[in-house]
Formats: sequence, structure tokens, C-alpha cells
Amino acid sequence: FYLTPPQVNSILKANEYSFKVPEFDGKNVSSVLGFDSNQLPANAPIEDRRSAATCLQTRGMLLGVFDGHAGCACAQAVSERLFYYIAVSLLPHETLLEIENAVESGRALLPILQWHKHPNDYFSKEASKLYFNSLRTYWQELIDLNSGETTDVREALINAFKRLDNDISLEAQVGDPNSFLNYLVLRVAFSGATACVAHVDGIDLHIANTGDSRAMLGVQEEDGSWSAVNLSYDHNAQNEREVERVKMEHPKSEERSLVKQDRLLGLLMPFRAFGDVKFKWSIELQKRVIESGPDQLNDNEYTKFIPPNYYTPPYLTAEPEVIHHKLRPQDKFLVLATDGLWETMHRQDVARIVGEYLTGVHHQQPIAVGGYKVTLGQMHGLLTERRARISSVFEDQNAATHLIRHAVGNNEFGTVDHERLSKMLSLPEELARMYRDDITIIVVQFNSHVIGAY
Amino acid sequence: AATMFLRLLSDIQWRAAHPKWRRMSGSQRSSSTTAEPHPVALPAQAQVVICGGGVTGTSVAYHLSKMGWKDIVLLEQGRLAAGTTRFCAGIVSTARPVSVELRMAHYSNKLYQQLEQETGVQTGYVKTGSISLAQTQDRLISLKRIASSLNVMGIPCEIISPKKVLQLHPLINIHDLVGAMYVPEDALVSSANVSLALATAASRNGVQIHERTCVSHVTIQKGRVTGVETDRGRIQCEYFVNCAGQWAYELGHSGEEPVHIPLHACEHFYLLTHPLKDPLSSSLPTVVDPDGRIYIRNWQGGILSGGFEKNPKPLFTEGRNQLEIQNLQEDWDHFAPLLSALLRRMPGLESLQIMQLVNCPESFTPDMRCIMGESPTARGYFVLAGMNSAGISYGGGAGKYLAEWIVNGYPSENVWPLDLKRFGTLQSSRTFLRHRVMEVMPLMYDLKVPRWDFQTGRQLRTSPLYDRLDAQGARWMEKHGFERVKYFVPPGSDLLDLDHSKTFYKPDWFDIVGAEVKCCKEAVCVIDMSSFTKFEISSTGDQALESLQYLFSNDLDVPVGHVVHTGMLNEKGGYENDCSIARLSKRSFFMISPTDQQVHCWAWLKNRLPDDNNLVLEDVTWKYTALNLIGPRAVDVLSELSYAPMTAEHFPSLFCKEMSVGYANGIRVMSITHTGEPGFVLYIPIEYALHVYNEVMNMGQKYGIRNAGYYALRSLRIEKFFAFWGQDLDAFTTPMECGREFQVKLDKGVEFLGQEVLLEQKQNGVYKRFTMFILEDHDTDTDLWPWWGEPIFRNGRYVGKTTSSAYSYTLERHVCLGFVHHFDEKTGEELVVTTDFINQGEYEIDIAGQRFQAKAKLYPFSSLFTQRRRKDEVELSGYQRE
Repeated sequence: FYLTPPQVNSILKANEYSFKVPEFDGKNVSSVLGFDSNQLPANAPIEDRRSAATCLQTRGMLLGVFDGHAGCACAQAVSERLFYYIAVSLLPHETLLEIENAVESGRALLPILQWHKHPNDYFSKEASKLYFNSLRTYWQELIDLNSGETTDVREALINAFKRLDNDISLEAQVGDPNSFLNYLVLRVAFSGATACVAHVDGIDLHIANTGDSRAMLGVQEEDGSWSAVNLSYDHNAQNEREVERVKMEHPKSEERSLVKQDRLLGLLMPFRAFGDVKFKWSIELQKRVIESGPDQLNDNEYTKFIPPNYYTPPYLTAEPEVIHHKLRPQDKFLVLATDGLWETMHRQDVARIVGEYLTGVHHQQPIAVGGYKVTLGQMHGLLTERRARISSVFEDQNAATHLIRHAVGNNEFGTVDHERLSKMLSLPEELARMYRDDITIIVVQFNSHVIGAY
Repeated sequence: AATMFLRLLSDIQWRAAHPKWRRMSGSQRSSSTTAEPHPVALPAQAQVVICGGGVTGTSVAYHLSKMGWKDIVLLEQGRLAAGTTRFCAGIVSTARPVSVELRMAHYSNKLYQQLEQETGVQTGYVKTGSISLAQTQDRLISLKRIASSLNVMGIPCEIISPKKVLQLHPLINIHDLVGAMYVPEDALVSSANVSLALATAASRNGVQIHERTCVSHVTIQKGRVTGVETDRGRIQCEYFVNCAGQWAYELGHSGEEPVHIPLHACEHFYLLTHPLKDPLSSSLPTVVDPDGRIYIRNWQGGILSGGFEKNPKPLFTEGRNQLEIQNLQEDWDHFAPLLSALLRRMPGLESLQIMQLVNCPESFTPDMRCIMGESPTARGYFVLAGMNSAGISYGGGAGKYLAEWIVNGYPSENVWPLDLKRFGTLQSSRTFLRHRVMEVMPLMYDLKVPRWDFQTGRQLRTSPLYDRLDAQGARWMEKHGFERVKYFVPPGSDLLDLDHSKTFYKPDWFDIVGAEVKCCKEAVCVIDMSSFTKFEISSTGDQALESLQYLFSNDLDVPVGHVVHTGMLNEKGGYENDCSIARLSKRSFFMISPTDQQVHCWAWLKNRLPDDNNLVLEDVTWKYTALNLIGPRAVDVLSELSYAPMTAEHFPSLFCKEMSVGYANGIRVMSITHTGEPGFVLYIPIEYALHVYNEVMNMGQKYGIRNAGYYALRSLRIEKFFAFWGQDLDAFTTPMECGREFQVKLDKGVEFLGQEVLLEQKQNGVYKRFTMFILEDHDTDTDLWPWWGEPIFRNGRYVGKTTSSAYSYTLERHVCLGFVHHFDEKTGEELVVTTDFINQGEYEIDIAGQRFQAKAKLYPFSSLFTQRRRKDEVELSGYQRE
């Protein structure tokens, strides 16, 4: 059976979200115009997560995609917590003190982040207290450390990633008297998640990546064509440097068993990840935690299973690789996406599809003559061109949705084939995962005028 | 707009000498001067308060003051001429299809021409002429029709060849043109300055003008205007004139008793350019290219070009009341098709530099005609608004008519096509207006062929039989929101083909309607006529009869059960309404009037019936479904269904009786058909409608019954020389002028409205006569069909216009109805029209410039009468012998 185009659209658009950075006095001073994001599940429930927030106590905007595995618990926790860790890492000493004092005296806390969430993006209420306490411990330590130096974004990102992963690990070891929470922290620790996070502040773009999600910059060349620039490296077996790094960290005797069938210890696709304590803890620690843990954990074969050739843990780290990029006027957009997209599409196609989509949208924005010298003929030419573009009907209002439509529905000619799209979207749950992975995409659009003025 | 701004400032000197006109540009100067001049206090009372300082408001003030009324206050919420008027393209164009609109535009043109001399205010008046282009033959036909009507009014106008177009305007690409119409006296003005000039003259005549004064609402007590509440206090007044332009709708709704003024704003775009290398002459004609949907005028050496696009953008549906029209956003993509049309028409303009794309909202009305007149519910509440982007063309004339209306109680022309009372509350829904104006705006330049209908805002009022009729192939048209059947497409007909029935020539429903007419003549047809306005007037005593005897010209003191055709005449003997009244009992009457009389007739009666609780007027239009059974076998169908004898002896013509039809009781059966054919109209309480219809159709089968529509009705009534109100009859037509003296009882012993004029006419004769014309050398298959408004020529001289036409399937000829005047050959003075004058002439009808011989008749063909003579026909023939 076939899905009708409206049915296809309702599936594709179910999770779409757009945010436009508000303009002040008619002028948008942010280098970010806004972003579009969307997710298409293959797993049920979806194991991907996404986050977006504006830092309120420092400048900048945070955007991230998180690809969970062995469940969604870790991806969920990271999507909720990581930005707080990053924001706190970026805070100056005085602000940290102010926040701590506010907590101490029970005063209202300065808001740190303004979230931009789709209604389906949820935060777990039950764990908020626990998460908060961990975060507070972190900033208390930062206060005590008081290096006095201005915070470096790269360092802040690395510290935040590592600290959060550490806290996840610690919370699982300590446990919680509340049995629900206790089980939750264990599920978080025993599942895993990759993270690809962008921090944009003016023309400074930092990408912190852990795992095999990817950040890609869309660049418009002078001739109007589109090219893609990778702003992250995949941490998987295809990345030789990453394979080298893993091998360096373990004795030569393990060289053959470290990477098997393109997987870490023959099991894990990403070579870096949050959670996944099975690849981080010692065997003793794993056994102890599982034995003292709730029955559900004991009954789970996966958690009890110890990876083969497990001699010198940890084998896995959450430490991100950070790439700093100074935005240029030709840098029009950034795509953050989980591997579900990159498996099906080449980055060059992604750059072209998004680029053409965004300029199409651009051209639908009104033009004003203003004080320019324009002749009737020039205007006529311009309008004719715009109409030609509009008539190639973009049914999507969201660049991420548009990209998913292509990723799932593209035929061999690179155009969306409704029949194919319909088939792919109507696959039964148990089959869907065999044909495609969860896809999560954030497309950030930059403001070239602002960037050019820097 | 910048130059207009400067001109506004240049008027300050004059204003200083006229303190009544307070700080015209005060706010503009306040940026440079320290304090704004103290506003002059509003008067506590005035005879007339006008709201709106655009061209319409100032024109009304101007004309009122010219007519000697002095106690007038004009209020403007912002500055004078700052609304749509300021942005108006300033084209004065007389080429209008509706006669009264044409007259208004013609008058405006003359007025503006001398306004600068009269007032000393520069109006920028330049007589440039205008050229309307035709890209198709059909367009050329429509231009020729307009040219005919302009010519007979003495307005120079000619149809010219594309070559001549090029001589008049060197920039025009003529390759795709088939012809054009040239109106050499059309003009350009600065519309803002015209308003200022009108305001200046009005002010000199004593009109007080207050700017920056906002009317919040109008107070109405006992159905009369008592005053105006403004943000600067209250003014008591007798008359209020709503000239608030696109805010007129909201202002009408702001009071406790709403006055419904159905109009809605749409964005309207036009382009201004820098001057050409060789700046365009300011006398270059304005170009209208309706097929390209654009107009182009010269503007300060460059051009101004706008148009009426296919996909208009309505705005302010929610009623955002901003003080003045701010510069709305330019929308080039929206303007793109018009720009293409412009460059196609004038390719040489490619390199011309753009100055600005102006976005100025214009208000549009549901039928593309402006709105003027008095509110049906609030006496003294007058309106002039909804100019459909022709405010400057109509402003002068419309202001004059409205001023006459206020001062004299009636304007000097028939303005029914523009009367506010043609609308009711049903056209006042915001959704309806939004949808309708989206259709109306493109229609400004669409080709309008005979019998075009609006497509939006439909299926609002319907008969309970709507679905039944629709399923049987009914094709619908709309009147006053009511769906009425045009004709029924027989099963198996090619439907697609029928949608192409819109042509100036023989339409493809010709045979379909012919079959319906034939059935009416030979068997029996059913026409759903539920849309007709139906009132009941009853009283405890003789009040109803007494009042009606005064308000109607025929004698209504007839035996119970009789139906009387009568005019509802005004003081001048003119038809305010033409109706059929049945005397249901001694003290109650049932009155049938045309569909669009619902508001007008109600207001007319309400305003004239005595204020007496024992006299009740009720609108029962919605209570009854009306089925018109036309044809010789109607009597058989009805007698079989009612088991009652329906023959002439038992049920004479012009008779009304409540009886049972099928199972349903209380059906009001009247022996009239509105066509001159035998038959009956059944007024059926709506819950019985379906039952009675089904019974009639079942029983009628053996008599060959079929459904019919209004086109068949029209053909029948026109060949019978039956005049219809709103089409042939208006407030300027008396019964004497249309051969209906038999419907006037001058000697009924009771004084009635219009009696004196009719008596006078009876003695001295009439100045126009309703005449029937049979086209002689007209080929129905190949010649252009007449519509209405065609000039009539007698012995080669113009004598009047047709008012309606139809093909008579009986005569196998076209029949036109119209009025013949007798203009003195030398002076043009109107002379008495005698029967001899009518009979002793050679007539021609001008259809789009082509003249067809016609035979004039003052009475219908007696051979067409059916075997059974009816009361009014007997009287009619008696009248003919006089």
C-alpha cells in the first residue's frame, strides 16, 4: 500500500522544529539567523536526541545531535545535561560565585540556558535533582580551582564532555536510594551515546565531536555553487588516526583484538562515546555494580556480557575532538547530523540540497528597491528568475525536513521519488531499522551580513 | 508622494487667512517649530457631520456647501487627503460600463477642470486623454459598447486602429493589439490636491474642517442620527456622512446599532519611475491595457503604472484601525506579472530606473460598484465609500449626488445601482467580503460578457429545493445572496461545453432555454422563485389598508383574495418598487417584490408607515418557498393535487387562495406567473417545500412538466413587454411612462404618493415612453446579441437606451425593451413623447457600434396572448385604445 503525499508529509514533519533568532530594531546582530531541525525514527523508540539552546550568561548558541545505542537512556541524559556542563565551563568566576551564592541562600538562580525545544524533546523530571547536584559539584570545583584565566572555549568543551561522562559513571557506581533513579542512572551508564555539538559565538564556531555523528559546513563558492567542508572527524574504524589512537593507548599484545570487523573490540561502532561503561570500567567494577544493582539489570544479558579480550580498560573515552573555525561570509550554513544521514548521502549532495533549498527560501523573502539604482528590465529579470525557482515547489518549510526527504526518498537520479519515499516510510517497525537508521539533523543558517561585518 | 508633501506645505499661507481651517499641516511643522498650534474646539452641534477628509468627504462637503448648507463639520482622523486619496494614481477616466457611473465620472472631470480657477489651489489637472487597448476581439467588442454609450452622452470617444495608437503614444508596442478606444477628454490630476481644492472651496463656504479628530461612533436614537462621539468631544447633528473609505465598514459597526457598509480593502500596487532620458510629456495619454491588467500614465517625466492582479491581497479583514495608511511593504514578486505586462506593452522602458513601488490599499465592494445613500436602519446616516479604486473618477459626481440626496431627499439621477440599500446584513460578513473582493479586484480588468456571475460568496441563501434542483442539472446565478436557477442542463449534455456559455454572441444554452420556453407555452414548467422578497402587513383595524392605499398607486381596497399589481411610488411618481399585493383578509396583505428589494422596500415602508403598535410589518421572505407553475397545464396539475377546481371560473386570474396541495395545507396559491403566461405561484411554508415539489413533479409528469430557470422566465416576460423593477423600472420612471396607467387608480378616492405628478403627466403627457423593439435584420446565430444599455436611434438620432433584452422564441426575433425620449433637434430640450412620435419613426439599436433596424411597439403582440385572458391584460388592451 502507498502513503499519500499528505501522509508522507505528516510523517516527515512530525518532529520538525524551527527557530529564528529574534531581530532587534530590525537588525539581527547574531551571526546565526536561526536553525531548522528534525528527526525521523527507525528504532522504536528513536535512540537519537537533539538539543539547542542559547547561552544566557555568556554569548553564543549551542546545538547538538546525539546518537544513542543500546537504548536511548544515555543519549537522553546527554541531551539534557551536556549543554549545562558546557555553559558552566564557559562561565566566568564571578558568575559561578553568584550562582553558587544564590543556591546557597535559596535565591532564584540566574537562568543559564534558553532551550529551543520541540514539544517531543523532553527532560526527565525525576532525575533533575540528581543531575543538578552533580552539576553543582562541578561548578563548586571550578570555583575552588579558580584559574583566573579567561575561559577557552575548546578547553571548556573538552572539560564539559569529560566531566559529564565522569559524572554518569560515578552516579552509576554510587547508585541512588530511589530505585527508579537507581535503575535510570545504571541504564544511562550501560547504554551509550555519541555527541556532536556546535558552539557559535560571532564568527567563532567550535565543533566538539565524540563518535560518528558529523558536522559539515555549507560553503557557497563565488560561482554560486555549493561545497562541503567537514568540521568533525568520525570516530570509527574508517578513521585511521582514530584506530592509531586506540592502538597507542593499549599494549601491543592487544593490537589484533582491539578493532575487529571495523568495531571496537569487535562490538562497538563508534570509537568514542558517552556512557558505555562496559568499555570503560574494570571487570570487577562491572560485576560489583551489576550484582548490587536491581534485578532488571541482572536479567539483562547485554549488560552482564563482558566484551572479549577485555584486558586494559578503559577502551572508550568521551573526550571530544574540537575543531575551531572562523566563519566567513561564504559559510552559509552548518549541518549537524547523526550517521543515519551520512550513511545515505554524500556530504557534497547535502551541501547542494540544503544550499539550494535555503537560497530558494531566501528568494521568497521580499526584495526592496530601497535606494538602489534598479531598472525595470533588471527587476523584471530578477523577478522572473525568482519565480522560476519558486515554481520548482519546495513543499518543505524546514531545511532539515527537506534533507530527510531527499535522504529517504532519493532515487538514482538524485531526485525525490514519492513511491520510494512512501515505501521507506511505511516499513513496519521491525523492518525499518534494516533499511535505515534514526536520522537527526540540525541545519544552522548563518547571517552573512553580520559575519561580513566582523 | 514627496512632491505632494511639498505642495501641502505650500498651502499654509492661504490657510493662515482662513482660520476656520485649522493647522492643515501642523504636525509636519511641529518638528521644526516648538509648539503645535492649539486645536480649535469642536462645535457642540452642527447640521451635518462628515467623517473622512479624502476626495469623497471633501466632495460631499463641497457640494453641500454649494447647495447652500453651511452648518457642516468635516472631521478627518489624520490629515486631509492622507488616506487612499493621497496615493491615488490620479486618473480621471469616464469609460465606465454603468450609466450612472459614467455620468459621475463625466461630471467629476468637468468639475476638476475648473476647480483650480475656482479655488486657486493647483490641482495638476491635465487633459491627456486615455487609450484603452484591446488584445482580443471580445475586448474590442466591450470597448465598442462603452464607446457607443459615451458617444450618445456627447463625450468624445472613438475606436481607433493600432496604428493610430502608435501615433498617440510612441512607446506602445502595438503588435498584439486588435484595436483601442480613445477618450480624448480623460484627464490626470493630483488627487490629494483635488481634495484640498474641494476642502478649500467648502471651507470658504463655511464648512468647518477639523483634522486629527477621530470619530469613535455615531449615536442613533429612535432610528435617527443624533450626534457623533469623537476623541475630542461630542457633536450633535442631524446628518452624519460616513466617507471613511476603507474604515467605513468598521465605523459603521462601531455604534450600538450597526450600519452595514460592505467593503473590504485590498493592497494595490503601482510603480513610480525616474524620468526617461527624454522626459515624457505631461500631456501623453494614459494607457489602460485591461488584457495585461495594467494602467500606465505619465508621471513627472517618467511613468506611473499599476494594475489589478489576478491574485489580490486582501487586508485589514480583522479590522486593524490604524490612523493613516502607513506605507505598506512593497511586494515585487506580487507585482511581477504586472511588470511583465508593462514591459511587454512598452519594451522601451527596460532601462528606465525604478523610483518606488507604492502599496496603497483600496476598498472594494461586493459588486464592484460604489456605495452611497442613507442607511436603511438609521435615518440621517449617509454613506459614500467603497470606490473600487475609482475614487478620483467618481468622487466629484458621487459627492454631488449624495449632497442632493441629503438636501433634496433624492439625487438627480437614478443611483439605485449604487444605493447602500441594495445590500443587507448578509453581505456584511468579513469572510464573505474577504472572499468576494478577491474576486472583484481582478474583475476590474476582466472581460465582462453578458450574464457573468460572481463565483465567490455563493450558496449563502438557498431554497430548500436547492439540492434537488442541482441534482437535476440546475445552473445557478445569484441575486442578493440567493441562488437562482438559470436553466437546467438536460442529462447527457456536454457540461464542459456549457461552461463556455459566456460570449457576446449566441450562447450555447440557447436551445436549452428554448426547450424550457416551449414547455412553458405548451405544457407546464416549474420555476423556483423563492428568492422574491415577501412581506406581510397586518393591523388590528384599517391601518394597514389606509397606509397601503397611500403608499401604493393601485387601489388595494379590493375583495379579499384578490391580487393587485402596483407600483410603490415616490413623490415624483417614480417606481421605488413594483410589487404584487394579495389581500389575505380585510386587515392583512401579502406583498411580493423583487429579490433585491428586501432592504430598500423594508426601509421605505418602515420610514413611512405610521408608528402604530397595531400595525405590523413582517419580512416573511424566509418562511416561504415559491414555486411558479407556468403553462397551460398548470391548472390541471394543481386541480389534481388539490381536488379543487382551478378553472378560470373558480380561480380567476389575479386571485389568491390558501389551499391544500398534496398532503400539505396552507399553501398560498396565486394566479400570477410574472410572465404573462397562465399559471400559478405557490407560496409554500418551507417545511412543505420538498413535499409539494415532489407532488407537483410526480403529478405533472403526465402533463409533460419540467424544471425551468430564470432565463426562460426572462424571455417570456420580455416578449410580453413586462417591465421588471431594477432592470427597466427605477425611481425615475412613472407608471405613465411605461404604459401602466391601468395599475394607477387616480380616482380611488384616497390620496397617494406620487399622485400629483401622475395627474400632471396624464394631462400633459410624458417625456419618455417605455417601448418594445423587435430587431429586424439581426441574425441571432452570427450577430452580436443585445444585452442592455444599447443606444436607441430614431430616424438616425439618439433617443434613449435599452434596459433589457431577450430572444423571443415565439417571435424568433430579439426583443429589446427601452425608453424613448424626444429631444428637440435644435435645443436638445426634452419634449413630450406621443404615441405618434413612437409609431412614426424608423428605429435602430446600436450593439457595439453596429446598428440594427428595429420595429417599435407600445403594446405586446396580441397573437402571443394565451387563450385565457386575464384581468390586467384586458385593462392593458383598453389602455392601448386610448
